[in-house]
Amino acid sequence: MAAHTPNPYPEISFEARMNSAEFRVHSDAHITLDDTHCRDCTVRGCITACPADLFVPTSDGGIVFNYEQCFECGTCYLVCNEEGAITWTYPEGGHGVVFHNS
Amino acid sequence: MTTADVIVVGAGPAGSAAALTAARAGKRVVLVERGPFPGSKNMYGGVIYGRVLDDLVPEWYREAPIQRWVTRRQTMIMTGTQALTVDYRTEAWGEEPYNGATAYRPDFDSWLADKAVDAGAELVCSTTVTGLLSEGGQVVGVRTDRPDGELTAPVVIAADGVNSFLAKEAGLYGEVDAANYTLGVKETIALPREVIDERFGVRGDHGVDIEIIGCTGDVPGGGFVYTNRDTIAVGLVLSLPSLAKGDVRPEKILADLKAHPAVAPLVEGGEVKEYSAHVIPEAGYDMMPEIVGNGILVTGDAAAMCLAAGIWLEGVNFAIGSGAAAGRAAAKAVDQGDASATGLSGYRSRLESSFVMQDHRRLREAPHLVMGDLAQKYLPAVACGVVEQVFQVDNPNPKPRLRKIVRSEMRRNGLRIRDAARDGWRALRTFG
Repeated sequence: MAAHTPNPYPEISFEARMNSAEFRVHSDAHITLDDTHCRDCTVRGCITACPADLFVPTSDGGIVFNYEQCFECGTCYLVCNEEGAITWTYPEGGHGVVFHNS
Repeated sequence: MTTADVIVVGAGPAGSAAALTAARAGKRVVLVERGPFPGSKNMYGGVIYGRVLDDLVPEWYREAPIQRWVTRRQTMIMTGTQALTVDYRTEAWGEEPYNGATAYRPDFDSWLADKAVDAGAELVCSTTVTGLLSEGGQVVGVRTDRPDGELTAPVVIAADGVNSFLAKEAGLYGEVDAANYTLGVKETIALPREVIDERFGVRGDHGVDIEIIGCTGDVPGGGFVYTNRDTIAVGLVLSLPSLAKGDVRPEKILADLKAHPAVAPLVEGGEVKEYSAHVIPEAGYDMMPEIVGNGILVTGDAAAMCLAAGIWLEGVNFAIGSGAAAGRAAAKAVDQGDASATGLSGYRSRLESSFVMQDHRRLREAPHLVMGDLAQKYLPAVACGVVEQVFQVDNPNPKPRLRKIVRSEMRRNGLRIRDAARDGWRALRTFG
């Protein structure tokens, strides 16, 4: 896509886009991240690939992760190349993302 | 005492079709769904082809919760500034028994699950299956996150979607390779119904499906735009390894697609109503797991029965077809008192003789062709370049020969004739 094409329509903020989906957040995280692996990771694919932008690099070379607005798609563990860095399960029944118009 | 004859995990189209056929065969069926209602975790990127429902729900098209019947279909080949579109429309697809429809998956999946309930299946929502119960290498039930939540049955049908942890736990999957998957991202954009009718040139309950190639920058994939009643959907399908390796995020590629001159006028002024994402089993036949185990069958996306073949982009119909076959095979195995892999093998033979495996086997090369360099990199640039030169009138220079234009565009874009011929031949062998 040509970078020089100006967008004639205001793009909504990422936050507003994420807020358009419903998340019934459970108090327990369904995905956990052991970021001791992340410091040595050269790929760090989770950061660009997660559609909810839940993986954020820290200044000391680690990665922090929020589970609250997770789409439960599986992208992060599929692209993660560090054994055991991401522990992935589905949220408790009835919790997590709830689509209505998709 | 077992809880049921058949436990179906996941109330998407595959699971509900399985529960429906097993319940109609007189079996006690429990259909377990982790979302608060069927379809709440699901989204898709295009059209539901419902012909496969004709046997299960006669005249389904009179009652299914569809948004619009697709009577106009376009394939758009795009570069950053150009678009070449093949546009087909037919009134026939807007009349009974119809061809394809757009729908909200939460509506459609809930409707199909209700059919299973009508047939006698027990639907249990808000319940996550956390693992399998096994005895001596035979699956005998599932563990759930409910207190005392173990459910037992001679047959478990894994309809638990693209990540199928159940099929993996049962040892039915080989090594999982991210290259076999794509990420789908989508915005559902609200617009007044009359505006959609005007922009897309349709009326009433007729709708449009546009599938796009060349809109994903350096990440292999594709895009789509389609109409619902008072929303339109705009989205992308993106190769996972490329996305992970690159430095451009999915929503940026989506923003670029929405800003493209061929798409921007369609989405202008719309308000994002829902953003959604889901992973797709892109590689079809070549990534399928073993679909029959001792006490377990795998269906739908869980078995990678999603067809990403360029001309054909389908999934819900394969899910319903495989689910229905699984439900029948499970019921038969229960009747015969043999839920071993041998007793359940009727599932595989049913699929082999149906469109599910026949299409997947015949088109097994197609996903690789669609995601390959010829389709992704060269076709959009060369096709748009040729058409631009053909339609551009450059008087007083005389018109160039078509052959010369094609050659110069191929050369300009670095596409060698022998590479084009090789991939063209592969495509002809696959689709021809």
